[in-house]
Amino acid sequence: MPTTRRQFLSLAGGVTAAGTIPIVTLRPLQANPAMLNTAIRNVVGEAPVRTGKVKLDIPPLVENGNTVPMTVTVASPMTADDHVKSIHVFNEKNPQPNIGNFYLGPSSGRAQVATRIRLADTQRVVAIARLSDDSFWQIAVDVVVTMAACTEEMN
Amino acid sequence: MAALINVPAKARRGDVIEIRTLTSHIMETGFRHTADGKLVPRDIITSFTCRYNGTEIFRADLFPAIAANPYLSFFTVARESGRFEFEWIGDNGYSSTASASITVE
Repeated sequence: MPTTRRQFLSLAGGVTAAGTIPIVTLRPLQANPAMLNTAIRNVVGEAPVRTGKVKLDIPPLVENGNTVPMTVTVASPMTADDHVKSIHVFNEKNPQPNIGNFYLGPSSGRAQVATRIRLADTQRVVAIARLSDDSFWQIAVDVVVTMAACTEEMN
Repeated sequence: MAALINVPAKARRGDVIEIRTLTSHIMETGFRHTADGKLVPRDIITSFTCRYNGTEIFRADLFPAIAANPYLSFFTVARESGRFEFEWIGDNGYSSTASASITVE
């Protein structure tokens, strides 16, 4: 038993530190910004990617990461000589950076694609459009996810 | 395989129409574990194609980040009466097709 206040406090502090159960969180395999950049470079090569023309509609706050509605729209006349060739969607922190690639053409009439995606974490989602002149345009949106997807246990 | 296809039955020539598809598929990511720690193997649809009277008008590469029961919406110009054919291809030899017809006036 400690006899002095100082001894007692130091002992109590020691017990607290030692008695704390270390919380070990098993971090799931996760993509990172470097992998995101690699995935983007695999699509765009060395071409510059400018910001603009692309709109990404996605909820800023997602309660359930298992199904997140997402719409990508690109401002384009969609004519034979000025159209969107493809739309590529990436994420920063899922186990892998790719979400989807969508291939369009002048017969699409409108450069808009919608789907539902999974997000494993609060992260940035990036949409890149490739135009017929082989220029690349992007938009990045931050999404807060309260319930993650992808890596939960199966029941 | 159950697929829901939403294509307008009629359109005027030159109209831009929306096509919506939904197909039932687990889209197992390959990143989940069972309670006893085994990795559940990936089982996803990897590719979707839409053809309009035989011509490809839309294609998509899908990754595990696409939610279960993949939903896709896209657009095309209504040029002529005929058929849209949809095809989903995936892991473990998965393949599924659907079609819808349109009258263009």
